[in-house]
Amino acid sequence: MSANIHDIHDQHHHTPSGLMRWITTTNHKDIGSLYLWFSLVMFFIGGFMALIIRAELFEPGLQLVIPGFFNQMTTMHALIMIFGAVMPAFVGLANWQIPIMIGAPDMALPRLNNWSFWILPFAFTMLLSTLFFDSGGPAAGWTLYPPLSLQGGNSMPFVILSIHLLGISSILGAINVIATILNMRAPGMTLMKMPIFIWTWLITAFLLIAAMPVLAGAITMLLTDRFFGTSFFTASGGGDPVMFQHIFWFFGHPEVYILILPAFGIVSTIIPAFSRKKLFGYDSMVYATASIALLSFIVWAHHMFTVGMPLAGEIFFMLTTMLIAVPTGVKVFNWVATMWKGSMTFETPMLFALAFIILFTIGGFSGLMLAMTPADFQYHDTYFVVAHFHYVLVPGAVFAIIAAVYYWLPKWTGKMYSESLGKLHFWLTTVFVNVTFFPMHFVGLAGMPRRIPDYPVQFADFNAIASVGAFGFGLSQILFVYILYNTLKKDVTADDKVWDGAEGLEWTLSSPPPYHSFEKAPRVE
Amino acid sequence: MSDQNSYYVPHETKLPFLTTVAIVIMFIGAANYMNGSASGMTIMLIGLALIFLMAYVWFSEVVSESEGGIYNDQVDISFRWGMVWFIFSEVMFFAAFFGALYYARELSLPWLGGDGYKITTNIVLWPQFENVWPSNGPANSGGDFIVMGAGGIPAINTLLLLTSGLTVTYAHHGLKEQDRSKLIIGLVLTVLLGFTFVGFQAYEYIHAYNDLNLTMSSGIYGSTFYMLTGFHGFHVTLGAIMLTVILFRCAKGHFSGDNHFGFEAVAWYWHFVDVVWLGLFVFVYWL
Repeated sequence: MSANIHDIHDQHHHTPSGLMRWITTTNHKDIGSLYLWFSLVMFFIGGFMALIIRAELFEPGLQLVIPGFFNQMTTMHALIMIFGAVMPAFVGLANWQIPIMIGAPDMALPRLNNWSFWILPFAFTMLLSTLFFDSGGPAAGWTLYPPLSLQGGNSMPFVILSIHLLGISSILGAINVIATILNMRAPGMTLMKMPIFIWTWLITAFLLIAAMPVLAGAITMLLTDRFFGTSFFTASGGGDPVMFQHIFWFFGHPEVYILILPAFGIVSTIIPAFSRKKLFGYDSMVYATASIALLSFIVWAHHMFTVGMPLAGEIFFMLTTMLIAVPTGVKVFNWVATMWKGSMTFETPMLFALAFIILFTIGGFSGLMLAMTPADFQYHDTYFVVAHFHYVLVPGAVFAIIAAVYYWLPKWTGKMYSESLGKLHFWLTTVFVNVTFFPMHFVGLAGMPRRIPDYPVQFADFNAIASVGAFGFGLSQILFVYILYNTLKKDVTADDKVWDGAEGLEWTLSSPPPYHSFEKAPRVE
Repeated sequence: MSDQNSYYVPHETKLPFLTTVAIVIMFIGAANYMNGSASGMTIMLIGLALIFLMAYVWFSEVVSESEGGIYNDQVDISFRWGMVWFIFSEVMFFAAFFGALYYARELSLPWLGGDGYKITTNIVLWPQFENVWPSNGPANSGGDFIVMGAGGIPAINTLLLLTSGLTVTYAHHGLKEQDRSKLIIGLVLTVLLGFTFVGFQAYEYIHAYNDLNLTMSSGIYGSTFYMLTGFHGFHVTLGAIMLTVILFRCAKGHFSGDNHFGFEAVAWYWHFVDVVWLGLFVFVYWL
């Protein structure tokens, strides 16, 4: 047995090299890096699809792609960005940060951790391969509404089973996160002393475990409806296509918060560090996050106001949806109050975090507009919705991820990125993100429907502007890759405590941290 | 012991990657099968066999680590949280199907029958349709069928599962009291009850298909009936296999009175399928 222990402590001296190291690793930092690199690749693949969409929409008429392929692009773009880019990026950050922020040697269940990552490349290979089928990939939108999704080609079972794989990966990852946070904290770190990023991930993990199985159930019913004769979503058999929408959005709305709560945690970490003040209202931040999570389970039907629900349903879901503005408002207030009278500096992570607050709030406000049932009858399925969710997802979730990478990159690599290039990246990204998505509000309010490859001439100008913005945004991200490359090949080392205003256990470790983060648990006072 | 102080972080491992490969083989086979490819079923079964193989290898490794005593109490707690949240995810999976059943019975069928403000649906589309549960919908999908009553096999199955919940607790007491024969007897009974349940369930399906014309195509009743009882039966089968493994481990002398997470995890899982069954019995068979 003692030989066994010896082995464990020695293992990093003879880890396999090359590809096998990454396939077999159980180390939270290795797996975190895998997740982050994977997410970056997916971000570019999904982004490329977005550019195909924007190129087609640059002017009215059908120029570049046929409508069927256009629909495949909108469907795939969403699936890839949600499940391939944003979620894995957050899990990657969780993997890197949770153990070093709570004083643990590694994640609680390291083999499971390896498993939840390695499912992803397979799942996306399976998903993307459907684009090369004769009948093409999925084209019914990422929401897979029947009856349309039941009429797809041979890709349908592949798509559904690959989403099952993604669900397995997410659930396993979330179980690991919860077990780590509940069981691996350093002595003295009570729940209410946890870093706020840890809190947001704890709640996100709960949402994942509660929501992903419901998606699994919904898509399983799609599969049996198509192939095994069931009638869940067929009215002639006593089912209802709208039932799918209810079950799907019971997953879908918590999913939206899965995509944003860790972002809240990141911003709540970065704002205090560069304001050189403690986070204002830590307790209320925790309670606000928990309230948002709980509310997310009783608002789902606001995605389907126009589907023909009873009036009581419309009113209930309108009011619960608006209620979410309260805890969200608490958060925005706390961020602003944290900065109040702080001695602020504006390094790249802070710039992205500040842009997050402003632009995410714009997305939040358009969400409030959409929450109003009568108003939603005009906005529903227009580009206004597209503008809304891109404002919360791109300058929301994606900005927070980029901010987190800039913030912790020196800790992870021991090397400092170029501040001037980082700022350039920030300004290019922020300008172009608005050029891309702001005009969509106008065309949406004027009635341009989403998910169409062609449109009336009256929408031409704003669409052209949005397309220019999209290409600018996409190209700006190449600069991001260059900054990462440039940082990694540097030999200038970063301090252990990279940011003078930063707090937390991760800054007590060396940069880069040792292979097993905290061999001995630190004591938190 | 020194190992009790440090949290066990396992060696590098190929198991998760290979397990993923096995699952993907099964899924590709399944997707091809659904698309009507002749080789799909074979590929799927190969994948399934590989999954069993990987589960065997992976669990063997964990079991030998556990018996080797390198898991400290903190590792034990991680496993416990892992199992608790896994079972919670299973609860939510079943919730989706119970939700579908509820929606169909309380909303979509009454609406098709002209209830409430959806009166026009009935008048225009299905003027002859009256909402009576059980229903295979206004188009009489799958043809006339006979309903599976709550008496008979389902009632017996309820007794079997409830009894098995008691016997597994009896075995647990045996384990805690270091009474191996009590443990083994309790487990053997539980496993037998579990597989008897599965056998009855299989018989019920054959009966439903052959004699009652109750199939998956029997509209929303057939859909919810087979989806809920099918996934539940699958989980009972899995649970019974897990119990069998635990039985063999107990026979080999594994576990101690105060350290037997593997046993408890399977017992929790067993109670979970038991509780789901009660939901099924009430909402699918009885009401």
